Amino acid sequence: MKLSGLEPLIVSPMSNFVNVGERTNVTGSRKFLRLIKEEKFEEALSVALEQVEGGAQILDVNMDEGMLDGEQAMVKFLNLIASEPDISRIPIMIDSSKWHIIEAGLKCVQGKSVVNSISLKAGKDDFVAQAKKIKRYGAAVIVMAFDEDGQADTYERRIQICERSYRMLVDEVGFPPEDIIFDPNIFPVATGIEEHRNNALDFFRATEWIRTNLPGAHVSGGVSNVSFSFRGNNTVREAMHSAFLYHAIKAGMDMGIVNPSMLEVYDDIPQALLERVEDVLLNRRDDATERLLDYAEEVKGQGKAKVKDTAWREASVEKRLSHALVKGIVEYIDEDTEAARQQYPSPLKVIEGPLMDGMNIVGDLFGEGKMFLPQVVKSARVMKKAVAYLLPYLEEEKKSAKSIFTPSKILLATVKGDVHDIGKNIVGVVLACNNYDIVDMGVMVPTEKILDKAIEEGVDAIGLSGLITPSLDEMVGVAKEMERRGMKLPLLIGGATTSRIHTAVKIDPHYSGSVIHVLDASKSVPVAGELISEETKEDFHARIKKEYEALRIGHANRKEIKNYISLPEARANKFKADWERYRPTKPNFLGNKKLNGFDLSKIREYIDWTPFFQTWMLKGKYPKILEDKVIGSEAKKLLKDANEMLDWIVDENILEANAVIGFYPAASVNDDDIEIYADDSRDQVIKRLHCLRQQGKKGKGIPNLSLADFIAEKEKTVPDYIGFFAVTTGIGIESWITKFEKDHDDYKNIMIKALADRLAEAFAEMLHERVRKEYWGYAQDEALDSEALIREKYVGIRPAPGYPACPEHTEKRTLFDLLEVERHTGISLTESYAMYPAASVSGFYFSHPESRYFGLGKIEKDQAEDYAQRKAFDIDTAEKWLAPNLSYDI
Amino acid sequence: MDILSILKERVLILDGAMGTMIQRHSLEESDFRGERFADHGQPLKGNNDLLSITRPDIIKDIHAQYYAAGADIAETNTFSSTTIAQEDYGLEDHVYELNYESAKIAREVAEEFTAKEPYKPRFVAGSMGPTNKTTSMSPDVNDPGYRAATFDDLVEAYKLQAKGLVEGGAHMLLVETVFDTLNAKAALFAIEEYFEEKNCRLPIMVSGTITDASGRTLSGQTTEAFLISISHIPLLSVGLNCALGAKELRPYLQVLSKKSDFNISAHPNAGLPNEFGEYDETPEQMADQVEVFLQEGLINILGGCCGTTPEHIRAIAEKAEKYSPRHYQAEVNV
Repeated sequence: MKLSGLEPLIVSPMSNFVNVGERTNVTGSRKFLRLIKEEKFEEALSVALEQVEGGAQILDVNMDEGMLDGEQAMVKFLNLIASEPDISRIPIMIDSSKWHIIEAGLKCVQGKSVVNSISLKAGKDDFVAQAKKIKRYGAAVIVMAFDEDGQADTYERRIQICERSYRMLVDEVGFPPEDIIFDPNIFPVATGIEEHRNNALDFFRATEWIRTNLPGAHVSGGVSNVSFSFRGNNTVREAMHSAFLYHAIKAGMDMGIVNPSMLEVYDDIPQALLERVEDVLLNRRDDATERLLDYAEEVKGQGKAKVKDTAWREASVEKRLSHALVKGIVEYIDEDTEAARQQYPSPLKVIEGPLMDGMNIVGDLFGEGKMFLPQVVKSARVMKKAVAYLLPYLEEEKKSAKSIFTPSKILLATVKGDVHDIGKNIVGVVLACNNYDIVDMGVMVPTEKILDKAIEEGVDAIGLSGLITPSLDEMVGVAKEMERRGMKLPLLIGGATTSRIHTAVKIDPHYSGSVIHVLDASKSVPVAGELISEETKEDFHARIKKEYEALRIGHANRKEIKNYISLPEARANKFKADWERYRPTKPNFLGNKKLNGFDLSKIREYIDWTPFFQTWMLKGKYPKILEDKVIGSEAKKLLKDANEMLDWIVDENILEANAVIGFYPAASVNDDDIEIYADDSRDQVIKRLHCLRQQGKKGKGIPNLSLADFIAEKEKTVPDYIGFFAVTTGIGIESWITKFEKDHDDYKNIMIKALADRLAEAFAEMLHERVRKEYWGYAQDEALDSEALIREKYVGIRPAPGYPACPEHTEKRTLFDLLEVERHTGISLTESYAMYPAASVSGFYFSHPESRYFGLGKIEKDQAEDYAQRKAFDIDTAEKWLAPNLSYDI
Repeated sequence: MDILSILKERVLILDGAMGTMIQRHSLEESDFRGERFADHGQPLKGNNDLLSITRPDIIKDIHAQYYAAGADIAETNTFSSTTIAQEDYGLEDHVYELNYESAKIAREVAEEFTAKEPYKPRFVAGSMGPTNKTTSMSPDVNDPGYRAATFDDLVEAYKLQAKGLVEGGAHMLLVETVFDTLNAKAALFAIEEYFEEKNCRLPIMVSGTITDASGRTLSGQTTEAFLISISHIPLLSVGLNCALGAKELRPYLQVLSKKSDFNISAHPNAGLPNEFGEYDETPEQMADQVEVFLQEGLINILGGCCGTTPEHIRAIAEKAEKYSPRHYQAEVNV
């Protein structure tokens, strides 16, 4: 028999017993019934997932309950399962006593499923008609040993009904015999009723007969029925299930509905219990039932106990150290390191020996995808603690110059003007786990300092990081300077805005040494290895140079598809708001308002966790990620740690949440500029925003957008307004970062930064909501949950300079001056227009109901020239700031 | 000579892309409309299937070019001729006619060629595309339980298509470009229902689409799971088409060849699309790729999908002549 979900399931004489998951059955699981009744389908799905993870090879779904619309529940649940590949990879067993529910279910599954069940209960005509349909839908079928006279309860009735059913299916319907599964009825034993004594034995014999005489057919059954009279006594029930299965499988039963957690290992059943159970199952003694009942009384209440594993503390010091490293346990590290120090000839040997061995295991597991970043960071913390413990001894040893410990050294820095360093820190941790000595220079590091330090420390490679677009230029500058100084060190490029193509086209040509783009932390190890190792570095250098040259040539030769329109054309195709139908709301105040010391406990409710997990290289959507088969448990742990730190941040006022907002009368002029006025008289222009317009060729009826389109034109004389904001949750973080660095605690260091970033975004989201409802008040009746907020279902937008709708960073200066951001909140701008502290967000508020987020895309030379004129830049300056969005090379 | 006995003797050749050939004519809205639909309320440009009614000359010529290039089987111009797919053009009410006419004109060209070359009879396969809706997936990420079309909707649509194709003269039906197996199961269900009602039976071919290097269909099934899910119907052939070029298709054809006792078909694209969405594998390159299938004895029916032309089919047919078809002995399973 071949079945399928997203993946195949082949049941053959060679395959083992097929286990059918049975918890997604409203008649068998009270919890599942409750979830379905309360329409908690998400949770119901997790029941299904548990089954799959627990080893179910087929998933039985049953919605037969008087109070339920079984057909609707079946369809809904099967459709939801279809959207969960981790569940739908196995075949479905559509379980119902009602044909209409079965048929509705068959219409929802793309794989080859199993129908559970049909029978001759209502006569031959129904049976044949249903079997024909099942064949046409493409499913296997379970046939109950049931006919017009009732359920088969003897050996003879069982085989007689099964044979009759089989002949009809095979001869009349043309049903493939291998797709027929008989359920010859598993009934309880040891019930005290005389007629039940042979229930199990008859099942075994019927099974054997079916497998011998009805070629191709399979045998299945619901095993837990057999122990019905021992409900409440799991020790006996588990033993009965195992022993029953042992004999049934021997007789030829090849699939069944079994709860794996209600199963004892056959060989582990105590001899006395096994003997009594088998006496009952095989009806071997007249007093079998009484003897089992007596025994059951004795063992009542003894469940299976789990022992917590602390055995690792008994192992050798090497094993203890590697266990602590792999599991990230700091508790005993000083003690174990000291033990190792006494045992090894020198402290250096402890590092090179057991500690490095442990870290190698961590590195391997990470490389194989068996450990995840948060775990690795914890391992690194253990390693650092151990090394810190040994440091004084190492110094002493150095004085006596017994040996010199020289791992490869890599310098890491976030370039000048950029303050973002979480990614860089992660790379540092991952490299450190792989035996590299990391010199981390932090953020906003000027070229000169980077290169001087590199020479001073004698590093083997330099890694540059940056998140904002101006950092790309800084990196080009570093490369040029390295070339000028005649340096040969390999240069690694990483960070959110960097790319392989940018590295190849813009950075690599300026430096004769190796330049290589590193996509993420996990790639940094192999790249560093090949770049630094004496054996590979020359080949690697040549290979990368060649690869990047090919990329450059490809880039230069790429077919130019002119899909742009001229700036005047784009402006003619602007978005034209209907100012007749919509009148802007006047904000509840004009001018600036400082909002400092916000309640962090409120802000945290607005956190969007998905990007937080991304920071930690755990990919998936929150909250689903918590249930992920591979990374779910790590994600849960990480979230727990994050919430603990958030509790601490909130309770101890570790971070300060500051903000300033402002609203001003505004009008759009000359298509793409926005004039900001001092007051409602609108006669004094105090600032001017310069917007950029999409120039890509659009389909009919789709406008070329500019943010200016969302503000009423001056000539319309409709009074319109614009808002500004800047928020930060990074004030106060510095001293803690210093402390965590001192404690060698990269985990907390990365954690607090990642959380501060999330809080800043959450703060911006929360503030925007209050602006809409209160400060500006154009959407006073809005009621959205946090999911809807994340999906940006609200009215109005809050685009930020440097992001897709307005990618040019220098506009941030206008915003900062107008709001006096620095004075009010403590956020400052670097020369590259990055905000410091990094956990800050700033932007504009637009209230127009049709305002929306968009990406500028590429712009043409005519707009760059126009922009230069508007901003009073020379063209080179304009093109430098616009570089990532230019449709042409400069 | 019936198709089953020919299949035992040689590899049959299926035709190539219809769309690519239609594009060569640079047709305008007015060509698509013809006089018949001059006043239709919606734009019709791009509705290639409609050309069977409004420009049958072009469609017949394309069939003729493919037959002349060596194709044994031409696919009708009906990839999107279901009520579901034609809804976009407001032509749901003309679906029977679209299928009937497409089958009829293809059959006319087939008969001409068969008369000329009786030793090489030509066949018409009624093409049944996947429609533009999926029954196993939700179009709305926020509502994964939602379905834009149900199994019953598809059965109804496919049944009408099958009727038009069979009555128009198709020799067989081809359920192709299966990206969602539940859609295909609905098509097969509809075909079986139609056959039962009319008490007739024509050969059925099924061809799935492996979307990318993951080796799975768009709806997530592995090749073998896909095969298992459609094997309840007696098929003339099962195979793969579209999405991938011949080179990328090979591992999945190997799975089908090993696991199925139906004939195996393949009509790959002319390579993978380049960054501009064009297919640039030349006839020679593609023929060299499919020669590997022939050498390995993987294949019974061979043709082309997106980007292929009569030149590709000619090159493939020339290769195929030199090899014998796959003799199958699938793994036995009870």
